[in-house]
Amino acid sequence: MENLSTIERILAAKQSLPGALLPILHDIQDALGYIPPDAVPSIARALNLSRAEVHGVITYYHYFRQTPPGRHVVRVCRAEACQSVGCEALATHVQSALACEFHATSADGDVTLEAVYCLGHCAVGPNIQIDETTLHARMTPEKFDRLLAELRSKP
Amino acid sequence: MSTTFYIPCDSTALALGADAVARSLVAESAQRQLDVTIVRNGSRGLFWLEPMIEVVTPGGRIAYGPVAATDIPSLLDAGLLTGGAHALCLGPVEDIPYLKRQQRISLRRVGVIDPLSVEDYLAHGGTLGLRRALDMTAAEIVKEVTDSGLRGRGGAAFPTGIKWNTVLNASAPQKYIVCNADEGDSGTFSDRMLMEGDPFQLIEGMAIAALAVGATQGYIYVRSEYPHAIVALNTAVVKATQNGWLGDSLLGTGKRFHLEVRKAAGAYVCGEETALLESLEGRRGIVRAKPPLPAISGLFGQPTVINNVITFASVPDILAQGAAAYQSFGSGRSRGTLPFQLTGNIKQGGLVEVPFGLTLRELLYDFGGGSLSGRPLRAVQVGGPLGAYMPESQFDTVLDYEAFAAVNAVLGHGGIVAFDDTVDMLKQARYAMEFCAIESCGKCTPCRIGSTRGVEVIDRLKADQPGQIELLRDLCDTLQNGSLCAMGSMTPYPVLSALNHFPEDFSRRQT
Repeated sequence: MENLSTIERILAAKQSLPGALLPILHDIQDALGYIPPDAVPSIARALNLSRAEVHGVITYYHYFRQTPPGRHVVRVCRAEACQSVGCEALATHVQSALACEFHATSADGDVTLEAVYCLGHCAVGPNIQIDETTLHARMTPEKFDRLLAELRSKP
Repeated sequence: MSTTFYIPCDSTALALGADAVARSLVAESAQRQLDVTIVRNGSRGLFWLEPMIEVVTPGGRIAYGPVAATDIPSLLDAGLLTGGAHALCLGPVEDIPYLKRQQRISLRRVGVIDPLSVEDYLAHGGTLGLRRALDMTAAEIVKEVTDSGLRGRGGAAFPTGIKWNTVLNASAPQKYIVCNADEGDSGTFSDRMLMEGDPFQLIEGMAIAALAVGATQGYIYVRSEYPHAIVALNTAVVKATQNGWLGDSLLGTGKRFHLEVRKAAGAYVCGEETALLESLEGRRGIVRAKPPLPAISGLFGQPTVINNVITFASVPDILAQGAAAYQSFGSGRSRGTLPFQLTGNIKQGGLVEVPFGLTLRELLYDFGGGSLSGRPLRAVQVGGPLGAYMPESQFDTVLDYEAFAAVNAVLGHGGIVAFDDTVDMLKQARYAMEFCAIESCGKCTPCRIGSTRGVEVIDRLKADQPGQIELLRDLCDTLQNGSLCAMGSMTPYPVLSALNHFPEDFSRRQT
């Protein structure tokens, strides 16, 4: 299976690093978009850990996911600095625009919605991040609707 | 001759459209057959003016901002290449009062240079600290840092020299230098700005730390929410190694120090140093009991210096200029400068690096210009999600560690989040408990269970059930005194400060 060969390649490259588990999990998620459950036994074997230990680490960290995300991931900051400029109203709007809650994916599979607690742009909130590196400051419901339409119109 | 422009690649500037501005400038210049060179610098930290572009003229660097991509044609029409007058022109960048009134040490190159240019770094005093350190003994370096009065900038403010001395005196086959770049506090971004805008300085500071304690391996643990910083650091590590600032022989002296960037995975508690070490070792980020201190038994059980980004970034200058120069800034036992971050509902949000000793009010009004909404500022949270909410009556508190402790508040990592009078302090107190419940590592009971009970008590308080305020205070007492780390023991700061300073938001529900 294609996923398994990717995982084996990542394990071969990283397993001898000191404290290799997080770098391995990041590489797998970067390559596949998530960490498939069937990766766990291979990772455990390579690092001489129990499957429970690997599972424990994957589920402990908010960033790692065990199911494939939507075509895009939208992260809305809900921390204090963004709260002070109205991120909760934005969060409510985003949920209704996508018709899904946080930590869920819209029905059409376009967007996975995540909450994030600070993106580090606290002087220009509310902030959102789209996929891994695209950032948008001073977000408003109207701006979000335009961005969402753009995202959905892309192939 | 080509005209040089500086357009920030800082991620806040990117979030405000700096890339589009750069593209527009390239396209418009080409169309007009103008010869321009664009350097992507860090941000000066005047975020209400971002994207802020600077043009190099014989009279210095002239700033314009906030510039939208659509402003470029009119700017060029106005003679942008020679610093021409325009509504967006801010004049010589160094003369902007917000910058001019600062005393930048740790972030002095940020926004000035191309972050990844070795030539720029050297031309602006880079590696002078490392070169001096290489001529000193380990004990002399530690003494210099101790004498400077530098205290940990991550929030705990522990004297850096004392920590380093413990590691220096520990005997072990391997010692480590770890940089805590898990800047999770809302309202903070100074670490991010430094890593994106001057990553070599962090690397140099860590290399000096390695020389000071005899470590040969280092790690920078960066939060996953900072993808741009991670890219900058990785590139900087490669370039630093090529130039002998890292590697098997630092500047040809035969002294060894290797550095690796590790990406975190979104757990706030990993900003706590022992949880961070657990995470680096490949486990869940669960807090360790102290003692032993990381300085004795840290990463992989070896003596470890673990410091915040700004702490390490302060070190090259301390070595280059001497401890006395750094020590001459500050107030009381808080020496040197702290990069404050003005955020939230504030008109002129940004990075303000000043010596300790100003008042909170000066920062909020003289620099910040008051609220963004135009309404009165009602509460200001200083020091992140675990910091106290301060009312207007405390705005004259002097910004130093001890003065804040005296009013049951903390400076922490220097993050300041402003709220106007529409804020509901009961809601903020509830959020503090909720955040602790989400982010608790679960090791100790007060934090793991207490935070959830705290949310419930506040919900009952909101529903007008009697006796809840007393319960909430009692619960906070347990959290404060019974938790293993700052996550649980400091969550009462925002909760109790909201309750004590803004009782009207709570009591109308209790009468």
